[in-house]
Amino acid sequence: MNREKSSLARSRFALLSNAYYIFQKDLQLEFRTRYAVNAIFMFAITTLTAVSFSIGPARLKSMVLAPLLWIVLFFSAMSGLAHIFVREEEQQTADTLRLVTRPSTVFLGKWFFNLVLLFSLELVIVPLYVVMMNFSVANVGAFLLLLFLGSIGLASVATVIAAIISQAGTRGALFAVLSFPISLPILISAIHGTRLTIDGALFSDCLSDLQVLFSFSVVIITISLMLFDFIWRK
Amino acid sequence: MWKIKATNITQKFNNRLIFRDISFELNSGESLVITGPNGSGKTTLVRIICQLLKPTAGTVRFYHQDRPLAPEQLYPVIGLVGPYLQLYNSLTALENYKFFARIRGLPVDIRYFRQLMDRLGLKGRELDELRTYSSGMLQRVKYVMALIHQPVVLILDEPTSNLDEKGTEIVYEIMEEQKKEKILILATNEPGEIQFGEKQIRVA
Amino acid sequence: MGLNKDWWKYFLGVWMVLIILGAFLYAPPAKVLGDTARILFFHVPCAWIATLAFLISAIYSVKYLRKPDLEFDLKASTAAQIGFLFTVLATITGSIWAKKIWHSYWNWDPRETSIFILLLIYAAYFALRSAIEVQEQKARLSAVYSIIAFVTVPFFIFIIPRIYQSLHPDPLINPEGKIKMDARMLRVFLGSLGGFTILFYWIYRLKVEVARLKIIQLEKEE
Repeated sequence: MNREKSSLARSRFALLSNAYYIFQKDLQLEFRTRYAVNAIFMFAITTLTAVSFSIGPARLKSMVLAPLLWIVLFFSAMSGLAHIFVREEEQQTADTLRLVTRPSTVFLGKWFFNLVLLFSLELVIVPLYVVMMNFSVANVGAFLLLLFLGSIGLASVATVIAAIISQAGTRGALFAVLSFPISLPILISAIHGTRLTIDGALFSDCLSDLQVLFSFSVVIITISLMLFDFIWRK
Repeated sequence: MWKIKATNITQKFNNRLIFRDISFELNSGESLVITGPNGSGKTTLVRIICQLLKPTAGTVRFYHQDRPLAPEQLYPVIGLVGPYLQLYNSLTALENYKFFARIRGLPVDIRYFRQLMDRLGLKGRELDELRTYSSGMLQRVKYVMALIHQPVVLILDEPTSNLDEKGTEIVYEIMEEQKKEKILILATNEPGEIQFGEKQIRVA
Repeated sequence: MGLNKDWWKYFLGVWMVLIILGAFLYAPPAKVLGDTARILFFHVPCAWIATLAFLISAIYSVKYLRKPDLEFDLKASTAAQIGFLFTVLATITGSIWAKKIWHSYWNWDPRETSIFILLLIYAAYFALRSAIEVQEQKARLSAVYSIIAFVTVPFFIFIIPRIYQSLHPDPLINPEGKIKMDARMLRVFLGSLGGFTILFYWIYRLKVEVARLKIIQLEKEE
């Protein structure tokens, strides 16, 4: 009886702490296997090298620099972000997880993991891009905010689509087919905004892009949390 | 006093009937064994009882002192061991224990964990990654993780697969203990295990 | 021979003929856009039907998640198919008009971009459906996807074209919410909207019926 009571009281606070435990567990697994990290970073560095090599010392305009940066970030990220759910299904640990915690904690934990993965990718790729591509941003503050909101949007789309495709048959191809179209609004606004920040636009000029990124992310996260029970529970 | 009540469970996949109208009632101190030929849906029934799968029709309800439990109240109640239920192979036994204990909201009690490992004959392997375990040891460590929260309802799908004589003995001991005051559900065709179930369901 | 239960189908045939005649003969040319504006009598209803069909698909998807009845899944996927078809029609009619006014079939105007992304998003819905074999799983996962897809629709209809300043005329969806149309144009336009909606209902009913018969046939074969 006592145990039941305490478990009930706990469930209210358990959402965030359990999400954190799942995040921590995935981080631990990632450190051991380095599957997603390897995929993402190899992809990013290879693409960046190819692009930088073919361009040579030429100075590119913002019209080319902005989309190239986001293409490198986007495709490298998408090569690894599905792994977080696919791993649980392939190694048959998903059912184990289903028996110990509520679906929303799983979604939050995995979303946060993907977000951290994206941020660490950017932490490496953006400085490299600056060095290799003569990339300089006039409005750094607005650029960082775009990067931040864009990552949240991409991580949200990738996480919910990964959850869906991890339960389908042909996983690899399906992830791209489902996640790329929904990511396009994020990419379009992020590229548009980045172009403006390179050319030294004011913060208020980028506001509409930031608004799209922010509202799109909020919508995707909300609907994902609402629907995740149905994805996760068979 | 705990109770599980299943009413008219029917399962179909792609319009193919797996089984229909399975009903049973289990109270604390009772045990149930599910038998049936391969592919008859034993595992499907187990997954439905654990709420891992929604049946096409029918319900499974858990009661405590005659009050029905909500789905999120079942996490501390159920312990399951089955061939399709794996642990994290790249983590050590201790890391697995810490994760499952924390996520279940239990205090991380290393001494208790050691006791469980000893009992399953895995003494000294706490710090090894599970991928270095043999299949019999993996089956044993699954029992450790299924028992850390002392579940009221213990459900075992093929309880002794991959186990040697010693392992089988340990598992029989656990089953004997579980059915004294709590609830035990087995899915098996082994003659030696069927006798553990006071009630029996045959899916065909 | 009195009115049989199919009277509305004949009525619709006559009605649509009247709409076509009205679009070209009765409605006056628009002020700035001239005769090219006549395409709006067909282009806008297509876009409207597409949105309506996607909405219906999302509604049946919600229903399926609440009560897993494969009938709901059948309706959701049928509605999405028709929605996709009408999105293609809206894209084609829009592109023809763009050729006349902007001198190129495709210019990546925000509205063109939006409808193109929308096409991709719903194409992915069918890719998802064909990738899953177990019916219940297919129904559940594609219901989730259909709802996610639909919540992005407002971004494509309202937000992106507004923010990136589309050149697309906005006699209907504009910030003031006013209808900027001549009375005769408006009559034809509303008539066309009504006609297309009934047409949609007819196609939808037929497709659902066909899908149902296919399922029954499959069950018999088994």
